[in-house]
Amino acid sequence: MTFSKIQKHIESKTQSKISIEEGKEAVFVSPNNWIEIAQILINDSDLEFNYLMCISSYDKGDNKMYGVAYNFYSTNRQHYLEVRIEIEDGTPIPSIANIWRSADWHEREAYDMIGIVFEGHPNLKRILLSDDWEGYPLRKIFKEPDYYHGIPVPKDKSYWD
Amino acid sequence: MDPTLLGQFNQDNIVVEKLDNLINWSRANSLWYFQFGLACCAIEMMAAAGPRHDLDRFGMIPRATPRQSDVMIVAGTVTLKMAERVKRLYEQMSDPKYVISMGSCSNSGGPYWQYGYHVLKGVDLVVPVDVYVPGCPPRPEALIQGLFELQKKIKTETPLRKQAK
Repeated sequence: MTFSKIQKHIESKTQSKISIEEGKEAVFVSPNNWIEIAQILINDSDLEFNYLMCISSYDKGDNKMYGVAYNFYSTNRQHYLEVRIEIEDGTPIPSIANIWRSADWHEREAYDMIGIVFEGHPNLKRILLSDDWEGYPLRKIFKEPDYYHGIPVPKDKSYWD
Repeated sequence: MDPTLLGQFNQDNIVVEKLDNLINWSRANSLWYFQFGLACCAIEMMAAAGPRHDLDRFGMIPRATPRQSDVMIVAGTVTLKMAERVKRLYEQMSDPKYVISMGSCSNSGGPYWQYGYHVLKGVDLVVPVDVYVPGCPPRPEALIQGLFELQKKIKTETPLRKQAK
């Protein structure tokens, strides 16, 4: 199915509001009805999105809004869908790790790098950085520490040029 | 009479030499290196150990434990998380111990110098480095030359006398 057909199909199956943005082939949903729509995506016989390819998280640049993009694929029907959720800092997103197992580590990475909290995740802790790392490094406002466990982190990079 | 070592040996099977030089000769020619790869430089280190470049012909064989190693080849990107482990592994090695920093990442942070929030800007911030091998990654020949430079350095040491500090 093409993107517009998938979008209309989802809208016919649920009361929840979904939206799109001009020029983007992505469905925007709100965290409150995300679990309901996720169940439709995997269970509906015309959609069958049985493969969660990737979860990307992003910073909108205004130090307030952060987003998550889910990329789905159906191995039975060979069609794709991108779902996006955009939230204010601190708002939790329901975890889908119990629906698609691959979401487990992807959500931990999104938490590690951007600091998005996934509600109901079985083991939400940092996946790459050490447990005592401060801050979320892929946020625009992240500042490198001067010292990490007593190891200096050089700041003066002027002589690089 | 042939004054070289080999000449003396061929003449009457007795070699007269300083003990310092004997110790240095044995140390320099059995540099067991720590089998310790962090990133893509480790692939070049493996190639150097493999049959084509064959470090074994110089008496250099990989050891999988710091207790048996003489030289630590830091082959790859040292992240801040790994830096503490590198330091601990260095401290677990027995004296005499040497460090070769292999590749741009462990020399200075390499491509992560400018924007890498998680990369140690040079392994010399945590362990003392004897030889730096530049390259990204260095070819096995470059690593072998680095090991030769380390051999030259070892041969200038005086292990039986106190080193001037």
